[in-house]
Amino acid sequence: MAGALRIGIDVGGTNTDAVVMDGSTVRGDVKTATTADVTDGIATALRTLVEQTQLDTSLVRGVMIGTTHFTNAVVEARRLMQTATVRLGLPATQALPPMVDWPERLKAAVGEHSYLCHGGHEFDGRPISALDPDELRRAAADVAARGVESIAISSVFSPVNDEFELEAAEIITAELPDVAISLSHEIGRVGLLERENATIMNACLRELADRIVSGFATAVGDLAIDAPIYVSQNDGTLMSMEYTRRYPVATFASGPTNSMRGAALLSGVRDCVVIDVGGTTSDIGVLKGGFPREASLGVEVGGVRTNFRMPDVMSIGLGGGSRVRTEPALTVGPDSVGYELTSRARVFGGSDLTATDVAVAAGFAEVGDPERVSDLPDELTAAAIDEMSERLAEIVDRMKMSSDPLPVVAVGGGSILVRDELPGASELLRPVHFSVANAIGAAIGQIGGVVDKVFSMDDANRSDVLDEARAEAHERAVAAGAKASTVEIVDVEEVPLAYLPSNAVRIRVKAVGDLELLEA
Amino acid sequence: MRLIDEPELEHVALGAAVLGTGGGGDPYVGKLLAQQAIREHGPVQLVGVDELAADDLVVPSAMMGAPTVMVEKIPHGEESVRAFGALQDYLGKPITHTTSIEAGGLNSTIPFVVAAAMGIPLVDADLMGRAFPEIQMCTPTLYDIGATPMAVADEKGNVAVLETIDNLWAERFSRSVTVDMGCSSMIALYAMRGSQVEQAMIPGTLQLAQTLGEAIDTARREHGDPIEVVLSILCGLRLFEGKVVDVKRRTQAGFARGDCELEGIGPDRGATLRIQFQNEHLIAVRDGEVLATTPDLIMVLDSEAGLPITTEEIRYGFRVTVLAAPCDSRWRSPEGLEVVGPRYFGYEVDYRPVEEIAASR
Repeated sequence: MAGALRIGIDVGGTNTDAVVMDGSTVRGDVKTATTADVTDGIATALRTLVEQTQLDTSLVRGVMIGTTHFTNAVVEARRLMQTATVRLGLPATQALPPMVDWPERLKAAVGEHSYLCHGGHEFDGRPISALDPDELRRAAADVAARGVESIAISSVFSPVNDEFELEAAEIITAELPDVAISLSHEIGRVGLLERENATIMNACLRELADRIVSGFATAVGDLAIDAPIYVSQNDGTLMSMEYTRRYPVATFASGPTNSMRGAALLSGVRDCVVIDVGGTTSDIGVLKGGFPREASLGVEVGGVRTNFRMPDVMSIGLGGGSRVRTEPALTVGPDSVGYELTSRARVFGGSDLTATDVAVAAGFAEVGDPERVSDLPDELTAAAIDEMSERLAEIVDRMKMSSDPLPVVAVGGGSILVRDELPGASELLRPVHFSVANAIGAAIGQIGGVVDKVFSMDDANRSDVLDEARAEAHERAVAAGAKASTVEIVDVEEVPLAYLPSNAVRIRVKAVGDLELLEA
Repeated sequence: MRLIDEPELEHVALGAAVLGTGGGGDPYVGKLLAQQAIREHGPVQLVGVDELAADDLVVPSAMMGAPTVMVEKIPHGEESVRAFGALQDYLGKPITHTTSIEAGGLNSTIPFVVAAAMGIPLVDADLMGRAFPEIQMCTPTLYDIGATPMAVADEKGNVAVLETIDNLWAERFSRSVTVDMGCSSMIALYAMRGSQVEQAMIPGTLQLAQTLGEAIDTARREHGDPIEVVLSILCGLRLFEGKVVDVKRRTQAGFARGDCELEGIGPDRGATLRIQFQNEHLIAVRDGEVLATTPDLIMVLDSEAGLPITTEEIRYGFRVTVLAAPCDSRWRSPEGLEVVGPRYFGYEVDYRPVEEIAASR
């Protein structure tokens, strides 16, 4: 509808980008420097955007923010809360206590407050042992005595049966009403240590989440924008401020996701491979139905194995600033002149031969002074271009999961390096506004719901089980704020579990719909 | 005798993943368990089979069930100690050593947990020389050594001691008990005298796993070729270099069966290789021609990183190099092939040693 504007903001390591969008049309965009103080950076970006586009802020219906603050806090082991872990599973799991594989620095930042308690389930839903309320109350008392204010609760096979985590949360909250509680079944998948790790990370970010979310509200409120604020999750959907306070880990890796989703919108394709070429690296990911495909294996964050939803992105050391060498053999990257490209590359008057110089010499990029690379032998230029194309084509092929050709969308400042014909690509698209694709991705975020459970399934009940999972995902999306009539199932994944005699299958279903407010 | 400490286990786990031939479970959680046990109880003594006295009592230890369950329901830690206690009571003699039944995958590291917790030495040997899915697929079966009396223990304190008429029944009963225990148990079985070990076991395989892991690690750090390293250590053959173009999977009677199709690259351009697996890779066929079958080892390594890829994680687009290596010679006897040959797994193919097939091509 006309007049319903959305603002998308992407807070990256270097730049904070902001766009204002009317439906799928970009009305204006700005790039500002990221500042140490979150609120300041966002306030500056917003103010600049409002001024430059003469924006009538009363028409803004939503502000969507993508941020790397939470990932950075874990990677840097800074601004983290002391966190207690309550694991339900005794007598199982005693052999490996919580945080067993964490780097010392991060462990010290979070503290070691672990409580192994009774509870947990078998793979088929039978309890391992009954929950012991007194044991949990004793743990709560000890947590209080240590002055710890955030608790992660993990229970064995909680992705199959969440009842013990919910009961334990109730018992502990009754004792410690002001303590923040994070539940593992809401955060990760099967794989106790990895899921618990992700839950502890979430728990230790709760205080920072409160501060950052309040900062967002202040920055937006100061500009007299009276619209709800949403934060980007790593699967390309949005969460409310309230949800962000409770699940800050869901923001991890939302940057590449937003960039991919922005690329999809700008190019108009929903199923494609996206290449985001920067100065030093290229990130390659896949969009399925407009959403990034998620990694099936665990992802390390700050040196800790986790298994929450993350976009499946491969990075290679190839970007606009990659150095080209001819001795002993022709190589492109992985080292790069990085942000000094505009002073060190030959076309910009420098003396380093870079991927950008080669692209200019080959005639498919027009930047800097082409005269400065006119002496490069044609064979060298051709060989370097081939080398870059081959490496990109290989990763594109590796990522796309089937031999059918897919469209490839190239974004990012270095995308001039990508040749028009790429093997395995049905077509190559280079949309406009590519430099702010990430902020656009934030602005167009939708609302989703996911079901991820292990079902015991045979051919007879397969369709019932799948229907049940679809219905539950749909319900979850609506509960999270999606307009029911727009909700669709975007992904169904069945994974049989090996060495299990019953036909146990892990099923993941994702439903996504438009934000209710934007349809009003 | 030498001591194995936490850092060495990184290499054992990596080498064991290669010997797992695509299956055997991810050694990661097993490695953590062993490292934690060593942290608590001190390093493990690894002894050679030649260091055993004739009347030593050696009992292999292992995890049974679904590795996917074990990464969720992590053990209590005392399961094996209880299984060993029960078996010791039943046998009426003290167990002096433990060892591995399976050098491939998760079960390479489990005996380190047991050795540390029990304070007994670990014999450098195993009963498969690789990974296989069933209990009777162990070399002692070929010498009429029983898997039972066998103890099966869970984290709750339950222990079952089984006596069966043969090793197939041991597999059947212990599998049922394991399912009731939640699809994951710790087992103690194939009790042997020191005098039987040299004949009935495959010596040196834990050291082999460590050597493999260490060599791959070194090659990766020094930008060498980890695949060459694996080939030379295992006296293996390079079967194929290709790209995964299709993976089909189905679960059948608790086993992840499927096949994986590779399109040749480099020297194999134009050819197709099909690998069929049932948890482990069992048969490799190039353009209709069988190149290798179980019990020889068929290993799939990432062509660039040189790291082993399991049948659970392999997917479209992976660039892989397929290697084969001769199995322990005992598996090549008629009795051995009856237990672990291609026909046991349902393939209508006669076994031929991998190096013989290669020489005839």
